[in-house]
Amino acid sequence: MSEENLPALNNEEIARYSRHLILPEVGMEGQQRLKAASVLCIGAGGLGSPLALYLAAAGVGRIGIVDFDVVDVSNLQRQVLHGTSGVGTSKLNSARARLSDLNPHVQVDTYEEALNSDNALGIFADYDVIVDGTDNFPTRYLVNDACVLLDKPNVYGSIFRFEGQASVFNYRGGPCYRCLYEEPPPPGLIPSCAEGGVLGILPGIIGVIQATETVKIILGKGTSLSGRLMLYDALEMDFQQLKLRKNPECVICSDRATQTELIDYVQFCGAPSTEASEPQRFEEISVQDIARRREQGWQPFILDVRKQAEADIVTLGADTLIPHEEVGERLAEIPRDREILVHCKMGGRSAKAAQVLGRAGYEGVFNMTGGITAWATEIDTKLPTY
Amino acid sequence: MTVEIRIPTALRSYTGSAARVSVGGETVEDALAELVDSFSELGRHLRDEQGKLRSFVNIYLNDEDIRTKQGEATALGDGDVLMIVPSIAGGNEAEAGSRS
Repeated sequence: MSEENLPALNNEEIARYSRHLILPEVGMEGQQRLKAASVLCIGAGGLGSPLALYLAAAGVGRIGIVDFDVVDVSNLQRQVLHGTSGVGTSKLNSARARLSDLNPHVQVDTYEEALNSDNALGIFADYDVIVDGTDNFPTRYLVNDACVLLDKPNVYGSIFRFEGQASVFNYRGGPCYRCLYEEPPPPGLIPSCAEGGVLGILPGIIGVIQATETVKIILGKGTSLSGRLMLYDALEMDFQQLKLRKNPECVICSDRATQTELIDYVQFCGAPSTEASEPQRFEEISVQDIARRREQGWQPFILDVRKQAEADIVTLGADTLIPHEEVGERLAEIPRDREILVHCKMGGRSAKAAQVLGRAGYEGVFNMTGGITAWATEIDTKLPTY
Repeated sequence: MTVEIRIPTALRSYTGSAARVSVGGETVEDALAELVDSFSELGRHLRDEQGKLRSFVNIYLNDEDIRTKQGEATALGDGDVLMIVPSIAGGNEAEAGSRS
């Protein structure tokens, strides 16, 4: 947008943005650029919270948010856009209320839907910058591909436990997410965050890096993270910069691109690996069936395959605790002459452990469907959930 | 050559929680082989059934992606740092399509 077409600031806005206006790198023109700009935030969670708050505070004229979740009390440890009074309500309502209070000069547009290949291009088309604050691989690849196809910058951030990654993709001819990672991991090979937890402050750091890069793109100032991958380790308090180059063979952003439209990303990310196609070597059992059989005197060996930190929160009085990835190496601790009931939090890790036992020749291996969460919800409601 | 390999959080459960492991070797391939010798469970997270490095695991020698050098044949120098950088999706919820 040329300088003469930029929207004017009124006196209230001039007072509000005065610390920007006296910065030569922002100034009146920069602040007007922010007012003229539109940014789409994918997700109003851990990354989207600090991102949307700072973009609104900075005076970005129009902020779009895509999310379809409801605020859960376990979100509040890191999703600072929401508050206790919003628990149980739509994240978008909570976000709109908070952002409008923070800065009434910002227009907040919300999209209460799951982003998919049918709606992504239509939603993205109306924005200058797209910021990826999502929490799953299918959406990450979708956001990347849609940004490449529409030629929009994709400000990337991702977190895991104490570590974060940030970059800017598809900006001024720079590399895209697929140049960094051609393909997602097959489900289950890399532990998910729900297994691993996340330090509440971590998305604050990464989300604010994303907000910083977004503002720099709008202002056209500084050196962007395009072509660099920033790694952050909170425990070590260490930032590492890695070089990121365009992949000359990239399927979507190179001159030899073979993909010219959006695909089915759930299928792309969820194709079962060869490991997963092996026959199941254990039985699933519901918490109701377990309760019924225990009343009749069933006493299986109970194996908890969660982490010790989870057992410190709540336990079913297991005979032993062996984290699921160690089960294969610690078979000596698991009896072969009893039936085995394996459980974790939700039933996923215990299914992997039960399969390891079945493969090792154990018979009578049962996986507690839904894990201790199902037990606490349906059988013993005095137990806490986490 | 002695080099340090930095293990990302996501894979530390396979290295007995070690974040940094010192190994020897003339090339990236040697260094990774010594790492997997010490921590066998790590192997299938780094390589597919054909023994190829998995496409969602990137290896950096100092700050350069080995794919932009000579891949696993890239020669190592004393004191070099190898970083294993897997793709992470989070967010905070389970990956789509998986349970935990």
